[in-house]
Amino acid sequence: MITQIAFIGIALLTLAGAIGVVLARSVFVSALFLILSFVGVSGIYVLLEAPFLAGVQLLVYVGAVAVLIIFAVMLTRDMMSEETPFLNRQWGCGGVMAAVLFVLLLLIGFIADWPVSSAKPPEDTISALGEALMGKYVLPFEVASVFLLVALIGAIVVARER
Amino acid sequence: MLRDYAFILIFSAIALSVPILGLSIAWLLRPKKPGKIKNATYECGLETFGETWVQFKVQYYIYALIFVIFDIETVFLYPWAVAYNKLGLFALVEMFIFIAILVVGLLYAWRTDALEWV
Repeated sequence: MITQIAFIGIALLTLAGAIGVVLARSVFVSALFLILSFVGVSGIYVLLEAPFLAGVQLLVYVGAVAVLIIFAVMLTRDMMSEETPFLNRQWGCGGVMAAVLFVLLLLIGFIADWPVSSAKPPEDTISALGEALMGKYVLPFEVASVFLLVALIGAIVVARER
Repeated sequence: MLRDYAFILIFSAIALSVPILGLSIAWLLRPKKPGKIKNATYECGLETFGETWVQFKVQYYIYALIFVIFDIETVFLYPWAVAYNKLGLFALVEMFIFIAILVVGLLYAWRTDALEWV
């Protein structure tokens, strides 16, 4: 019962943030609303009993990705002060795509057969995750570090040449 | 488990109510006599001149990106550290390789003077 109320509250917070992203006239304010939405998603992870994912959501999305987006806005000329109009030349195309995506998601939500597990959520997810990363998934784990390296070097190369 | 998070909820509720209560009580109690000097942006210090919303240097972005990379490294380090007692020497070597690959990136950033502030 309390979980239900908490879920509705967190879902409303997430949706309010998402609507704010779309409706805010300034890109900078949109980025701030996006952070609110990210925090809401992390709350949903907590309700799903995935505390590690919730922490990662806060650390990576709220802490890092949001900073990147805000920096990207600040680096772009006239992006911060100018209020962008709601409609531009591509509003028709974008509207059709958004409508198609919305209908598709609705269809999936109603048609798909959502299996419900009766098992209790695992108590200790973090330790199990660590063991899985070091045992079964050790190759993807090392590949991830190579990915991060490529991202780092690529970003430096792109940012340095002007 | 979820019960533990009730404290976070209570904490955020109190944290939100402190400034709201403080400001609204002050708003109710204070006499309202605005003046030109009282409404100035700064109580002390200089008024800003020029545009405040300027274009920032690209250097900030490099710093932010390097921060993101090592932020994600922490995400991988954490479950490894929690499960450390159950893992053997293999996991330690794996983590050293993981960090060594990322240190190459840091060395590259250092050697190419990407970390220099120009």
